[in-house]
Amino acid sequence: MTALLRLTRGFGSVVEGEAIVSDEGFSPRYDLDRWSGVITKPGHRLEGLSIKDRICFFPTAKGGIAAGWAFYDIQAKGIAPRAFCFGVTNPVMVQGAVLAGIPITEGWAPDPRTVLRTGDWVRVDPGRLVVELLRRAV
Amino acid sequence: MQLSATEQAMLDGAEGPAVQRALAYQVKVGRFFGAARMVPITNAHMMGDIEVLGDAGLAFLQDMQRAGALARIPITTNARCIDFAWADRLGQDPSECAKEREVIAALQGMAVMTTDTCINYQTLYQPHLGERVAWGDTGTCIYANSIFGARTNFESGPAALAAAITGRTPEYGFHLDEHRRGSFIVDIAGATLADLADWGALGKIVGEGHQSYYTVPVFTGFRRTPLADELKQLGAALASYGSMGMFHFVGLTPEAPTLEAAFGGSVPRDVERLVVDDAAIELVYAGYDLGEGDARLVVFSGPQLSLFELRDLGRLFEGRRVAPGTAVFVTSSNGVLSAARKLGYLAPLEAAGVCVLEGVCFYILQNLSQMREREGWKNMISNSAKIVNIIGAHRFRTILRRTADCVEIACTGRLA
Repeated sequence: MTALLRLTRGFGSVVEGEAIVSDEGFSPRYDLDRWSGVITKPGHRLEGLSIKDRICFFPTAKGGIAAGWAFYDIQAKGIAPRAFCFGVTNPVMVQGAVLAGIPITEGWAPDPRTVLRTGDWVRVDPGRLVVELLRRAV
Repeated sequence: MQLSATEQAMLDGAEGPAVQRALAYQVKVGRFFGAARMVPITNAHMMGDIEVLGDAGLAFLQDMQRAGALARIPITTNARCIDFAWADRLGQDPSECAKEREVIAALQGMAVMTTDTCINYQTLYQPHLGERVAWGDTGTCIYANSIFGARTNFESGPAALAAAITGRTPEYGFHLDEHRRGSFIVDIAGATLADLADWGALGKIVGEGHQSYYTVPVFTGFRRTPLADELKQLGAALASYGSMGMFHFVGLTPEAPTLEAAFGGSVPRDVERLVVDDAAIELVYAGYDLGEGDARLVVFSGPQLSLFELRDLGRLFEGRRVAPGTAVFVTSSNGVLSAARKLGYLAPLEAAGVCVLEGVCFYILQNLSQMREREGWKNMISNSAKIVNIIGAHRFRTILRRTADCVEIACTGRLA
């Protein structure tokens, strides 16, 4: 299968799932209701959307040290995404994802916002550093 | 990643399962970032409270304690989510309060110093130029890198704890010279920056437009010596809005004696230059409004207040009363509040009806969303640009105002 995106670095196992493609960065502290998995920050471009079981494409990581514990917490609560793919991330997101065992990647080409839509079904391979498109959203 | 013989032995279990687990975790994080090696650290600072840990995080800490985890260097804790003296009055869950006590017990059992402050850099420890630490709370990191010239990445709770258990951290990010050079120039010659909130507004302008951990702004042109509290607000806002871990301030921060030095020797010809003046700062304030709500919640927190801020705030509240139906919160650390009480700085605040909370930060309070619903709060007004940015997940609308304006709003119930 042809790679839709090439990634720069990654951690974790191969996962498939429904993509969420965001124009806005992400922080579990600033944006997420950590009891439901829904993005609740007023005015966030994904406000009202659940990240549970999704593959989340965020261009940036917002500040906040909380992700280190928060990802472990939402994984235990069963509301974690299947993977985080960041354009640019920060160490907290990586430290959190590694502790929780959630696949995480950083760096991409091309920008997923040009080739991927929310609802598309994708496979992320953090070892081979690729994202593959399995099927388009209907 | 190259490990020393000692580190390899740790990874093989020679120092017990807790050290083994901590180092294995650090190695995975280090590999992600392409770290070549581990480097020794002298101090760590961690976030760990029940609001962010959840039951799973508490169980993790207790597991580590049972496995024999013990900090081998000094490690202190960040602000937590419960001030036990206020928990009932704030309607916080008794069951979560009990769990918070378990968190504290587990941390103390691992030789973690539960200082509960996010201004450790003002009150507890000031690392020197080049000293490597593992600090969490982004405001502490950016202050350590920028003002002290120490070296740290954003180290989240589990990462800082692991660093204290192994005495090391992976060498990537701001441990490396290549990431500590300036990225662009911010000319603030035309900015007065007379109030703490102005410094936060500056951080918002610079951070929002350049969201990247590795972007290092270089401030230049300012015509007086900024105070530590002003740099605290600037750093906290840059870290919050921009996820930034470092800035230079020419003539002030130790790695920027000159503009050229801030860029590692010479200023790139095509470097971006941003100008922030008084008009740009005023535009930030103009961007906030009451919406459908009112102005019944005023917060001085995030970061915790220094002794100087408390004294100044006490003077502004002297002889005044918080408006009926309005709630005002101030938070700081045990050390600062003890000194402030002794010096008489808390009396005017308490006489005015201000709630002074110890060892917490407002935005991480346990049950904050429920508190907001119960009290019918829509807007939160603060002089901290950081807290204005980060409290959104609790569905507050937020308004940034200067310190004296916040006090006026608190005492009149009307937005100034």
